[in-house]
Amino acid sequence: MKVYPNDDLLLKGLASNDKQAIEAIYKDNFGLIQTYILNNNGATDDAKDIFQEAMIVLYEKATSGSFELTAQIKTYVYSICRRLWLKRLQQSQRYNSPVESLDEIIPVEEEIEEHHKKNEAFLMMEKAMGHIGEPCKSLLEAYYLHNKNMQEIAENFGYTNADNAKNQKYKCLMRLKKLFFIHYKNGS
Amino acid sequence: MDDILLLDAAERYLKGEMSEQEKTLFEEMRRSNPELDQLVVEHHFFLDEINRFSKIKALKNNLHEVQAKLETEGVLKEKQLGKGAKVINLWKRYKRTITIAASIAGVTSLLTFTAISLLSPKADVQQIQELSKKIDAIDKKTVAQGNELNTVKNNITKIDPKIQFKSSGTGFLIDAKGYLVTNSHIIKNSNAVIVQNNKGQEFIAKIAFIDNAKDIAILKITDEDFKPLGSLPYSISKSSTDIAEPIYTFGYPRNEIVYGQGYLSAKTGFNGDTLSCQIDVPANPGNSGGPVFNENGEVIGVLSTRQLQTEGAVFAIQSKYIYKALDELKKDNEYADVKVPSVSSIKGLQKKVQARKVKDYIFMVKGN
Repeated sequence: MKVYPNDDLLLKGLASNDKQAIEAIYKDNFGLIQTYILNNNGATDDAKDIFQEAMIVLYEKATSGSFELTAQIKTYVYSICRRLWLKRLQQSQRYNSPVESLDEIIPVEEEIEEHHKKNEAFLMMEKAMGHIGEPCKSLLEAYYLHNKNMQEIAENFGYTNADNAKNQKYKCLMRLKKLFFIHYKNGS
Repeated sequence: MDDILLLDAAERYLKGEMSEQEKTLFEEMRRSNPELDQLVVEHHFFLDEINRFSKIKALKNNLHEVQAKLETEGVLKEKQLGKGAKVINLWKRYKRTITIAASIAGVTSLLTFTAISLLSPKADVQQIQELSKKIDAIDKKTVAQGNELNTVKNNITKIDPKIQFKSSGTGFLIDAKGYLVTNSHIIKNSNAVIVQNNKGQEFIAKIAFIDNAKDIAILKITDEDFKPLGSLPYSISKSSTDIAEPIYTFGYPRNEIVYGQGYLSAKTGFNGDTLSCQIDVPANPGNSGGPVFNENGEVIGVLSTRQLQTEGAVFAIQSKYIYKALDELKKDNEYADVKVPSVSSIKGLQKKVQARKVKDYIFMVKGN
């Protein structure tokens, strides 16, 4: 098994959402992806979209724990972008025989399948969050997304004490759960 | 208010914020109260989702920022394709239109040619001959259709209309030769059993094996009209499934096949019963005996009972007991050749594709 020490570091950086690592991966790989997509009926904006999605797939892999890098990040990112872009072309019916470059590719179907599933759950959560309204949304975001403690939240949101804020948080959470599971069980 | 207290307890438990004493007490409560257990499992799943949501959200933020930064620094540039490439690009973009245009032209010239040759007198004779052949063919078809009608008529009368079928449930094939697994409680007092596929065809079946303690039965379709189906798309899982793993079911709560989706909520069943597992999925009478699939298209259980006081708490018999029942069945020489597929051919397919492939193998089971 090949080892890429530098790539390994970058991947760890990405897993901890480190901007420098993200920037380095962008700089190393975006040009190649852009060329591929421009050569295959796409525009620069498409390239940016696809690259971002590939970064999320890579992030999911990097944080899954069991992931070991068996190819260079470059190969991995290229393979994912290629697959994602071909899929999008097929959906928009612009598909004709793709122009391939000679870069190495590895199979990534499973990763992409997994990503689509996770993305669906992500969109459901986003939808549910969008539907609970204020102040619930900000309250839950402050606690679960920005890791604020109850004391801070009580002050910021004007509750008399942390216990009141906590009660309100649970009421909001129950609504969010309900909305999320309605979508989740309907499968869309 | 009670709900909030419970949710608070569940959350503190999951985040590891409870003291040892409180934790033991809570776990004790969880064991004796399936409703609470359900809540904890569900909340665990939900916290994971929310956690992932927040992380991806933060990542997306950073991605946008980095991208914007690199754009202003001029590192990410809009690339233009060279002139030569533009022509190639145009060709690629319109290749399909050009190909279609070319083939239309080709077809038109062929049609013209055919029309011209048909107009010559020689062609008339051929056409007359063809017509008579056609009448022959129509005649044959009518006879064949008549035959088919007759068999259909026979089929309808074959099942004794006097039998009143009182209970119904679901069953699924484990061997394409016509062996089905279902719950024993659906058919245990029946002396006539029929199964019906999702197209509404009914077949006579007999009970090959029944175990009332485990609530499992294996049926064999004995009807001569039953044609063995192609190999099964799913397999029967030998191992147990992880908590919170998404699952789906099929059943016949009414006269049509109905799909349900949820997740595995506990590895044990009612009051810690190790024979079964708990799933969270909408189920109604008639769903009994239906297969519970995981995302790989493997059967992980047989849907069996529902707890009356808790909505959504449904129990399924673990799939390893299907194998135990099979071992018992195979002791009888008549059934020694029953074979269960070990590999699921629908693994990795989209759920709707899986569902399409699977539903032909799921039957309604009726007993009197």
